[in-house]
Amino acid sequence: MASQQQDAGTGAYLIRGAAILGGAPEDLLIRDGIIAERGQDLSADGATVIEAAGLVALPGMVDIHTHLREPGREDAETVETGTRAAALGGYTAVHAMANSTPVADTAGVVEQVLTLGRTAGWVDVRPVGAVTVGLAGEQLAELGAMADSRARVRVFSDDGICVHDPVLMRRALEYVKAFDGVVAQHAQEPRLTAGAQMNEGEVSAVLGLTGWPAVAEESIIARDVLLAQHVGSRLHVCHVSTAGSVEIIRWAKSRGVNVTAEVTPHHLWLTDELARSYDPVYKVNPPLRTDADVQALRAALADGTIDVVGTDHAPHPSEHKECEWAQAAMGMTGLETALSVVQHTMIETGLMGWADFARVTSTAPAAIGRLTDQGRPLDAGEPANVTLVDPAARWTVDPSKMATMGRNSPFAGRELPGKVVAMFFKGHPTVLDGKLNTPYRWLPEQAQLPGTAAAGH
Amino acid sequence: MVLNQADIDRALTRIAHEILESNKGSQDLALLGIPRRGYPLAVRLAAKIAAADPTVDPAAIVGQLDVTMFRDDLSHQAMRPPYPTQLPRTGIDNKVVVLIDDVLYSGRTIRAALDAIIDLGRPRIVRLAVLIDRGHRELPIRADHVGKNLPTSSAEKVRVRLEETDSVDGAPVNEVVIEATA
Amino acid sequence: MKHLLSTEDLSLSNAVRILDTAEEMAAVGEREVKKLPTLRGRTVVNLFFEDSTRTRISFEAAAKRLSADVINFSAKGSSVSKGESLKDTAQTLSAMGADAVVIRHWASGAPHRLAATDWIDAAVINAGDGTHEHPTQALLDAFTMRRHWSKLAGTPSAGADLTGMRVAIAGDVLHSRVARSNVWLLRTLGAEVTLVAPPTLLPIGVEKWPCSVSYDLDATLARGVDAMMMLRVQGERMNASFFPTTREYSRRWGFDDNRLRALDTLGFKDTIIMHPGPMNRGLEISSAAADSPRSTVLAQVRNGVSIRMAALYLLLSGDTREPAVRTNSTSSPSAHATKESH
Repeated sequence: MASQQQDAGTGAYLIRGAAILGGAPEDLLIRDGIIAERGQDLSADGATVIEAAGLVALPGMVDIHTHLREPGREDAETVETGTRAAALGGYTAVHAMANSTPVADTAGVVEQVLTLGRTAGWVDVRPVGAVTVGLAGEQLAELGAMADSRARVRVFSDDGICVHDPVLMRRALEYVKAFDGVVAQHAQEPRLTAGAQMNEGEVSAVLGLTGWPAVAEESIIARDVLLAQHVGSRLHVCHVSTAGSVEIIRWAKSRGVNVTAEVTPHHLWLTDELARSYDPVYKVNPPLRTDADVQALRAALADGTIDVVGTDHAPHPSEHKECEWAQAAMGMTGLETALSVVQHTMIETGLMGWADFARVTSTAPAAIGRLTDQGRPLDAGEPANVTLVDPAARWTVDPSKMATMGRNSPFAGRELPGKVVAMFFKGHPTVLDGKLNTPYRWLPEQAQLPGTAAAGH
Repeated sequence: MVLNQADIDRALTRIAHEILESNKGSQDLALLGIPRRGYPLAVRLAAKIAAADPTVDPAAIVGQLDVTMFRDDLSHQAMRPPYPTQLPRTGIDNKVVVLIDDVLYSGRTIRAALDAIIDLGRPRIVRLAVLIDRGHRELPIRADHVGKNLPTSSAEKVRVRLEETDSVDGAPVNEVVIEATA
Repeated sequence: MKHLLSTEDLSLSNAVRILDTAEEMAAVGEREVKKLPTLRGRTVVNLFFEDSTRTRISFEAAAKRLSADVINFSAKGSSVSKGESLKDTAQTLSAMGADAVVIRHWASGAPHRLAATDWIDAAVINAGDGTHEHPTQALLDAFTMRRHWSKLAGTPSAGADLTGMRVAIAGDVLHSRVARSNVWLLRTLGAEVTLVAPPTLLPIGVEKWPCSVSYDLDATLARGVDAMMMLRVQGERMNASFFPTTREYSRRWGFDDNRLRALDTLGFKDTIIMHPGPMNRGLEISSAAADSPRSTVLAQVRNGVSIRMAALYLLLSGDTREPAVRTNSTSSPSAHATKESH
């Protein structure tokens, strides 16, 4: 890879005839890392031309919820493989969750993840900091140090584990106000979900799998929106999965609570009926719910009650899925299927257009993470983070052909619409013709590579 | 058609008399029919034996012997419950047991039946009566009493239809036919 | 039918076929020679990830009466407890040539995983998985009920179902694989089922099950019950606040001496009392009830062997496993002989 040295940010590309946010065809001229011009019949002027008739141009997608597993579980995923998957899936930025080993609960770890991301160069990797030391839910991590570090952490989460102690949650919400941070809560009342395996309801009753009741999510969200209101802070609710949660968030927003909410692609489509196979590829936390929940989540995403789509991309080694359901790890891959699943569930159902798509997959998540150079309009002068999609393409999901190391895609074998054709990250084409091109190369001082090793990149 | 109703009846009458003759009377006789069609044949033979010797209670000397569980080709059988095995009221110990089946072919059914009998008791003599012997034996087994010897090719099927077990278009039928396999 | 994983997807015809076959198997148990050569040369593995001596010896007796070779594989103290996965265990058994795997597992769905994956190409029999199903237990229960029901009606049990029979199942339904398997099978066989339990021990979603639900055992008995099945209650449920005390449990939901007398005063002289065992005498069932002439507890154990013989026989004798080595000419014309003339 190091040999494929690119002229980072200096090449010029003319995207010809793309439907920007699904609108009328226009040209985009990309030069020096920014969108130099937008308009009709732009002159190529030595730029590489990308014929984009029939393609939709979108601001590079931003994932608010990604598990890259590194450091610690490089057998499941690395920053390199996870960000390759992200680029192929249409992303230019991902928020790397804190539940690595060691946990990202210090400035040192978040800076390490930042550096790994910049070394890889496929997307912007934004580390998420842990709320509590070791995700143990007992003592606040050094949130300020992480905020002030080179990683400039703004999103804090113990994701995977709920910050269930109400006092600790209150303190975290209060404390992050000092640096405009946000607490992203994994809403799961632990006592109500001890040993939980799947959604509690009709299907779990038949399958004899311990239930994960909706109320365990809803009760925490209700508490947290009231806490956020009380202390005047910013709350983000991860992976909302129930119709009841949607109602509570809708109510909170109507009361002016500064809360944002996220839904995963899989919760927009799949239901707990799939657990009848006992195939752990459908085991995820929060669990797949009922069709009524799926419909409520779609409606909430369309009307803005839910702000963003977050993948909760959670790769696992195959041995953690090729086993009994109760033994299996929770989680699904999502980076390479998110765009297609959202197109299938939201756009092809007529619930949203591509402009809404850009809002929920780019603008809003960038705003939550306080990313100033992501989620921007595709206008002259803006950073050239661009996703080019062929919405008419159809493809069949084959996990073995994915860039992520995780083979645990619940969409395996399904035919999906929409394919990423090209990606520009900071003006550099990371993906061309639907295949990985070359990574963006940060300047050594930007990448903050340790020692002189930077020269090799 | 190879045998019609009258042919079958005549063959059974002859077999009944052969059985009595070779046994030198009806003493200690027990007839064991092999399901499905061997059993109704056994019932018919018992009636004919009783007709020839009024001291015989036909119901007391007839039984049914299921050999499914003793076969050597189970994995080729369609899944079905075994038929009940019911010994004659008089039992089989020290009896002259006549096994009765409709068609004798490879001999494997009879091999299984001999195993089954030995698990159930100890007859003095075991004989074999069949309505049809179509040849193609795979084991050193032969019938003592045969209704009709029927040279066949192994590509053919021999169909025995009895009114107790079969019907054609809703009407009971007694016949033996040869069909070519498709 | 390649596997026996649950009663939920067991058709009426297959259920009756198993019960009818078990009747013939029961007859074998009354013979002088109780052994059949049927499964000679076949290997049945009892793969037990959870202790259950009763179920294991029942399957072992069933397999041995059919002359199968039996390998008992207890996951305790084996490589499984040292972290070997279900997949590796299954592939190991497959390599050893297991024809059938009888699996007992603490995890719901483990038998389904064995059957659905390509880890092993053997018939899988669920001998109880987690809190999901225990199909052979339900089948032996139904077998016991059918014999009783047919005797009352004066008709042969072969071919019969349980239409019209009123069955009450009382106890820890939430954690009971026996209750689940019974509800589905009894529905299929036409019986009317009432579940009786404290609300804490009924699963969310039980209202969608094909049965009635009651919190009141006495009212259920008063309405009339032909078979009363008591489920085992684990003492440790008390610590998890499913009910206040074992005393209160047994007063409200146990089959005690008063309820045994009530059957007489209510005039239900033919009601049987069932229990899958092992019993907690004095908790869910009183000793007088367990030992009364109404009790079918021992008959259930006896019938268990017949049911398991039937299941092994039907799964291993069907032509579903191997692409049969049968040609028209030589290899096994006997199969044709029996088919054509029968």
